[in-house]
Amino acid sequence: MTLPNSLPRPPDELAELERVWRPPCGLRRLTAVNNTYIGVFYLGTALLFLLLGGVLALIMRAQLAVPGNALVDYDTYNQLFTMHGSVMMFLFAVPAVEAVGMLLLPAMLGARDLPFPRLSAYAYWAYAVGGLVFFATIFVDLAPDGGWFMYPPLTSYEFSPGLRTDFWLLGIGFIEISAIAGAIEIIVGVLGTRAPGMTLDRMPVYAWAMLVVGLMIVFAFPPVIAATALLELERAFHWPFFIAERGGDPLLWQHLFWLFGHPDVYIIFLPAAGLLSTMIPTLARTPLVGYGWIVGSLIATGTISFALWVHHMFAVGLSHHWALLFSAASMAVAIPAGVQVSAWLATLWRGRVQRVAPTWFMLGFFATFVLGGLTGVMLAVVPFDWQAHDSYFVVAHLHYVLIGGLVFPLLAAIWYWAPMISGRLMSECAARWACGLIFVGLHLTFFPQHILGLAGMPRRVWTYRAELGLDTFNLLSSAGAVVLASGFAVVFVEILRSVRLAGKVATNPWRASTLDWLPMDNHATRSIPRITSREPLWDHPQLAAEVDAGQHYLPGVVTGGRETLVTSARRAVPLYLLRLPGPSWLPLLAGVGTAAFFFLLTVKWFVPAGIAAFITLVSLLRWVWDTEPESSGRRYPIGAGIALPDAASGLRAHGAWAVIVLLLVEASIFASLVFGSLLLWNAEPKLWRADLPRLDVLTQSAIAGAGWAASSAAIQLAARALRNGQRHRLAVAIGLALLAAGSAFYGSSLLVQRMAPGPADHAGAAIAHALLAWQGLHASVVMAMGLYVLARLWAGQLHARRRNTFDNTRLMWHFMTVQGVLVLLLLQVPYSL
Amino acid sequence: MSDAGVLSSLTAAPGSAAAAIASLGQVMFLGAALVFLIVTVLALAGVWTRAYAIDGRRWLVFGGLALPSVTLAALFVHAAPLDMSAPGPDHPDLPRIEVIGRQWWWEVRYGGANDTERSFVTANELRIPVGRPVSVALTSADVIHGFWVPALAGKVDMIPGRTNRIVLRSDAVQVYRGQCAEYCGGQHGLMAFTVVATSPADFEQWLATQVQPARVDDGFVRGYALFDRAGCPACHSIRGTMAAGTSGPDLTHVGSRRMLAAGTLRNHIGTMTGWISGAEDLKPGSGMPADRTLNGAELRTLAAWLLALQ
Repeated sequence: MTLPNSLPRPPDELAELERVWRPPCGLRRLTAVNNTYIGVFYLGTALLFLLLGGVLALIMRAQLAVPGNALVDYDTYNQLFTMHGSVMMFLFAVPAVEAVGMLLLPAMLGARDLPFPRLSAYAYWAYAVGGLVFFATIFVDLAPDGGWFMYPPLTSYEFSPGLRTDFWLLGIGFIEISAIAGAIEIIVGVLGTRAPGMTLDRMPVYAWAMLVVGLMIVFAFPPVIAATALLELERAFHWPFFIAERGGDPLLWQHLFWLFGHPDVYIIFLPAAGLLSTMIPTLARTPLVGYGWIVGSLIATGTISFALWVHHMFAVGLSHHWALLFSAASMAVAIPAGVQVSAWLATLWRGRVQRVAPTWFMLGFFATFVLGGLTGVMLAVVPFDWQAHDSYFVVAHLHYVLIGGLVFPLLAAIWYWAPMISGRLMSECAARWACGLIFVGLHLTFFPQHILGLAGMPRRVWTYRAELGLDTFNLLSSAGAVVLASGFAVVFVEILRSVRLAGKVATNPWRASTLDWLPMDNHATRSIPRITSREPLWDHPQLAAEVDAGQHYLPGVVTGGRETLVTSARRAVPLYLLRLPGPSWLPLLAGVGTAAFFFLLTVKWFVPAGIAAFITLVSLLRWVWDTEPESSGRRYPIGAGIALPDAASGLRAHGAWAVIVLLLVEASIFASLVFGSLLLWNAEPKLWRADLPRLDVLTQSAIAGAGWAASSAAIQLAARALRNGQRHRLAVAIGLALLAAGSAFYGSSLLVQRMAPGPADHAGAAIAHALLAWQGLHASVVMAMGLYVLARLWAGQLHARRRNTFDNTRLMWHFMTVQGVLVLLLLQVPYSL
Repeated sequence: MSDAGVLSSLTAAPGSAAAAIASLGQVMFLGAALVFLIVTVLALAGVWTRAYAIDGRRWLVFGGLALPSVTLAALFVHAAPLDMSAPGPDHPDLPRIEVIGRQWWWEVRYGGANDTERSFVTANELRIPVGRPVSVALTSADVIHGFWVPALAGKVDMIPGRTNRIVLRSDAVQVYRGQCAEYCGGQHGLMAFTVVATSPADFEQWLATQVQPARVDDGFVRGYALFDRAGCPACHSIRGTMAAGTSGPDLTHVGSRRMLAAGTLRNHIGTMTGWISGAEDLKPGSGMPADRTLNGAELRTLAAWLLALQ
């Protein structure tokens, strides 16, 4: 079969490619946006938080080493464990798996970069700055102290006055932003930027895992976004969503939090499983056993994980039948895990295994994760959970799962992929020491905690009495923590010793089969490979040489700037060239501005907060302004006789995909609020003003609904005007749409004010106002986009062949209409109860 | 046995739910150890032996699907009948018992509006008769707490606005220690209580004593005068006196309790004196102000009087 491009290549082709992708130097390195830079920054920051979270844990273990210790007081201890949990879950684990995805996905898929490099950079800077400020609260006695899952009413304004809880809500806000940005990158990247020929069934398992994780983020983060917003509303304005005396329900928080919290465990574990499924075949020098089974297991795990949340709530007083249902689901999730473990074991048996650094960490994973999984099954058994719940048994379980399921695979991955980034191997000797110390330390620390839990030690206690028989195992556990910490010290020293961002790297030390081991430079591979099998580097030994010589697709620069291929979602047929943005200060400014804005708002420095918001807004607008460059209308050859356009419109465009992912997130947030509404209204049906005539309410709802529909109709008219090139009609239609949407929202808010008491009086009224506020937030964003579209029109940047900005706004607009009508329909529910 | 009482679920009371859970636990521990051993050996052998042309599909079907499914189904069927959420039968011959979680102590109410004969309020200590299931109603006055007596039963949350139930049963005369399991802020770590399982006769005797107002004896006038001077009635009640505060524990029979400050200290003259004069140092955040008005002799007199409230 002839290759897409022939030799010799034009002499200046490579130089041009290198020039376009040259990374910025010196201080301007901060403006880098491509995935290798942002990925390394991201991973480094996540590891810094691992270190910081670990130091907090060491102080806690020192406090608990002996009974009645007074090293720290109860107030400090409560901040320590809250920060330890929050930092490890939100600032280390989730960002770490996203960072690895950013580094590996484009390389594995044969893309030059992620589809939205500046979005990644923005999310990174918001996370890094926001996370560090959040961590710093521990130094000024302002760290949150409500535990990492922050149950109200403890965390509400009455029992947690002051700023501590607000800082927690702030900290989790940044991870919400970066997780959603990550989900957009991952879903669009995996489905849209694979190398030609990489059909879905040839896609690396890791990409499958990340695709599942991306979709999980879309449905798992919204409940916690809704919950944290409600808690902040309760704290700031006393809207009593969680206060029982005023019709609220403390369990609403628990439902929403664990609807996020349980899938989150798999959002952390599935990428690690994907890494293992990628490394194990290489280490065993044989293809993965059961590719289809593993992909099926990933999808099954992702799906079942949304039916497990109640197993964190077995002690809240559920009926036996509900408890059994969730118990069964919690057990069922062990089956896809069993399938994956069996597949990995079978692969190891089929091959002759290389005994190298990643192998040791992989063995550490097996022993630790399996034990954590087994205690997980025990916790799924309701009566046993009644004993183990909220005790040190659970502390032991979750550390086995997280250290076994994430940290060991992550360390294996760091040793495995370091050569891809730096061009050289990390120390084998350091790996053995680190793995040995971490393994011994972790089991010494956490195994005794199972026994402590069953012996009656609750979690989150700052001290314990001497005579309760808890001393020995606590001392052992603390000793283990020191060993564990020394293991991590080896890891950090070795990483610092070997970290280096090399330019060109051409190495495949483990003789792997995936595209990430093709020769790479800042532009990724010289040409984008044509894929014909699942293990391209094994089945096609000359591939590296061909790709590096420029014989595959897109060996140079065709549009004059950074670009990568967009291919079809299922069969990976080339569709168009995605023109990628280069280095810029804007994402950095917007990210830091966002972090500063929320921080300043939390400490109520309103003027500086306003300045930060202004800087953020200006940088965002300036950045977004460039996202839809003029298409030349030409087709550019990429090889094999294929010529591609430099832009796409409609549902082919990557921007539209991102908007769809975002709308799925918004729909899930809305669904979470609907869940909350029905829960609260059902508990208190007599809340609404009965004296309002039913017909009156219906009429007013119908008028508001008609307003939403009219605004969407006007947008459709605008679309027709755009297609026909009628600029004035387009502007008038958008103006009408804005007017209709504004009136519809005004009508809806009048209705809520008439029907319900004030939001601070009663939870049922508060949630109605929250629905309205959510619709209002969406409507104001959409209306701002409408004005932005008008600005593009006025600047001559909007016409029939450059209309993605309009089309994306239109998607958001119709979503707003549907949601607005649903809110109105929902408001009829309390009247019917 | 320590004064604090038996804590561990591994030494569960005979006849208790905890004993049933412990035997379920043993089955699971054995099974888990076996699975763990098999996986570890397979992983080690996979790394250290040559390549084998095993049938991967068979491994997946047996090891991945069949084995876990069968084991889990068996476990589910084995554990499902253990229903501990059902409230135990209400015995008309037992008073209703309600425990209200508070930051950071336990208000205990026996009897209630329909049973005024046996109605009283105490704190941080429950008594139950041996050999019969006793249903306890659980709720909270502030944040979420968790009611956990590991040697007697699993834990149940105490949630504002809801009433949950738990059944306690011990077939042995024994003192047990319970504690808060759900993190409830500041002194969650020092929020424990005592459950005393006594013979039915002793239980009736105890009930009869507890419903009585405070005993009036020779020391009463002087003791109460000091109590009043130190400002204690603002928060504490002593039935039979003017003291009717409600934000702190009822002290009508405080001398009969085994522990002080929600399981933090053993209850004797030394700790009682110390607690009155330095609660903030013994349990910071407890909200009990340290008394600075009484001299040493007066403190000891007050403490001795409180301990005499049997």
